[in-house]
Amino acid sequence: MKKKVICLLSAALLTVASLCGCGGSGGQGSASGGDVFKIGGIGPTTGGAAIYGSDVRDAIQIAVDEVNAAGGINGFKIEYRFEDDEHNAEKAVNAYNTLKDWGMQMLIGTVTSAPCIAVSELTHTDNMFQLTPSGTAVQCVQYDNAFRVCFSDPDQGAASADYIAGNADLGSKPVAIIYDSSTEYSTGIHDSFVAKAGDLGVNIVSDTSFTTDSNTDFSVQLQTSKDAGAELLFLPIYYQEASLILQQANAMGYAPVFFGVDGMDGILGVENFDTSLAEGVYLLTPFSATAEDELTKNFVSKFEEKTGHVPNQFGADAYDAVYAIKAVCEKQDIKPSMSISEICDAMKTGMTSISLDKVLTSPTTISWTAQGEPNKDPRAVIIENGVYVLAK
Amino acid sequence: MLNFLTYLINGLSLGSIYAIIALGYTMVYGIAKMLNFAHGDVIMIGSYLIYTGMITWGMHPVPAILLAVVGCTILGITTEKIAYKPLRGAGSSLAVLITAIGVSYFLQNLSLLIFTANPKSFTSVVGWEGVSLFGGELKIQGVTIVTIIVSLLVLAVLQFFINRTKQGQAMIAVSEDKGAASLMGINVNRTISLTFAIGSGLAAIAGALLCSAYPNLTPYTGAMPGIKAFVAAVLGGIGSIPGAMIGGLLLGVIESLSKRYISTQLSDAIVFSILIIVLLIRPTGLLGKKIQEKV
Repeated sequence: MKKKVICLLSAALLTVASLCGCGGSGGQGSASGGDVFKIGGIGPTTGGAAIYGSDVRDAIQIAVDEVNAAGGINGFKIEYRFEDDEHNAEKAVNAYNTLKDWGMQMLIGTVTSAPCIAVSELTHTDNMFQLTPSGTAVQCVQYDNAFRVCFSDPDQGAASADYIAGNADLGSKPVAIIYDSSTEYSTGIHDSFVAKAGDLGVNIVSDTSFTTDSNTDFSVQLQTSKDAGAELLFLPIYYQEASLILQQANAMGYAPVFFGVDGMDGILGVENFDTSLAEGVYLLTPFSATAEDELTKNFVSKFEEKTGHVPNQFGADAYDAVYAIKAVCEKQDIKPSMSISEICDAMKTGMTSISLDKVLTSPTTISWTAQGEPNKDPRAVIIENGVYVLAK
Repeated sequence: MLNFLTYLINGLSLGSIYAIIALGYTMVYGIAKMLNFAHGDVIMIGSYLIYTGMITWGMHPVPAILLAVVGCTILGITTEKIAYKPLRGAGSSLAVLITAIGVSYFLQNLSLLIFTANPKSFTSVVGWEGVSLFGGELKIQGVTIVTIIVSLLVLAVLQFFINRTKQGQAMIAVSEDKGAASLMGINVNRTISLTFAIGSGLAAIAGALLCSAYPNLTPYTGAMPGIKAFVAAVLGGIGSIPGAMIGGLLLGVIESLSKRYISTQLSDAIVFSILIIVLLIRPTGLLGKKIQEKV
């Protein structure tokens, strides 16, 4: 019943949104202001995925403040505005239209996959440059105007399989998978993991799933994995469910090695969570807040000062996104007086010709392919004494 | 065989949670004839109250639960007075239903504002580890046993209250005919308020058990279990208190066994197909009463 009401409401909102879009598109050609870069951001700052969106929002603000303090891009300051989409595709479209009316010239967003796909259709039509920090689904960057900082779902799944197969301790263990069949994120990683694991000879003994509507009770999936003799549990899911799985596995006395991907990032931030349960959990994440390099230390301390908590990798992705835009704008000599479409065309060619070496989310360098995918090295961390430690 | 028992117990554990939530739904529906879709969110508020009591203020679980029961009772009576009572005379039951959905969203967004979306890990109110049978082969968690006992206890107390006390008899009278009941000197509004008070108090207890079994607390925690429990109440025959118990347990067991023996992906589809089949054969649910309208 509730869902029906939501559907009706969203349909109504969508209609209104598309009407707004028509009205707003008249002013698109004229560059507003001309003396500042207007960069917009979209992501969930309320709702179930709020922890990702609010970290992205704050990290972009930190990077923008740094860039402005250092003289801006090509001598022009950045003006920045962030809109909430509640991890909802219809609301993301509304947020995009709001930002366009404000005069946005480039978009950093959106944070989560499904809204990102919806918004990429619009940025493609408008030829607006889009750089998503963390939209991992394949279709997020299906058009040539969209790029991403994070790994795509298939890349993450394949990289996880690679890592497990190549690790002396983990490679020989029988593997079980529990994934969320109702999200593109989880199924995308799951499918590529299974395919790659098959090629590499990783032994998958159990493969079970759940949906967003039944994401509290995992006893059956855990029991099935246990009965199948799995010693490694691959969890390509978000940390809310993962924290429940860790607790339920512990209660039933089942202790395999847990292996997560970037969605597992945040598990130590769950309030009142017994972090000893997460000891020894592996996760494939491009960012570790405890890394010792200057760049990470500077970012983490500024972030903690601003928000009071340690940033997750979504924030780090967003921080890198701002610097990638800066580097490309400088290389291509982009000015705010150019039209949205001119900026986008210059950014498209620029993105594929830069290589950043001082970034948070890659141990080496990061560069981009014309398909919008980043070239960077994955790294796995392991949770020891409540902090991330780089795994060997 | 032992394997089957494990899955059965998992199902009973899930089912007893559905059952205790369904008791609240069915109680309000049975007397006030309205679907209180905000019930799941009252559970969520109750869980947050217990969390605040236990973790933030360092209280013992028992006074923390009592605090939540009192808090939820006040919340239940207030929402009934503000949101539902003015609409009771409006003639359309649809108005009250939509208002209940509104209240549900209001409570979710309110707690989003107060407690933020950051999930909180709940500390179980049941300190007992549970029992281990067959040399550790079969483990039954403490919270499972406590949930089943508490839901049976609640069932018994509710049955006694409704069938043996004056207030309970007044409730039955109101549910059968509001007009006639008020002519007989029953204060209809007070009786309905009392129903909401009991239903919401039960929600606090359900919240304690729900979050002890599945210790992840967010502003959306109550929503899905609320819907599933509503299904359980309909399956058992909405308005029937023993029906809610049976419906809840059945739903949990079917869900657990179909996940294991058929498919984890299809389990929800199977649960809801069974609901449709039951309603096709018995439109009033398993234990629902067929009331004949006298014209």
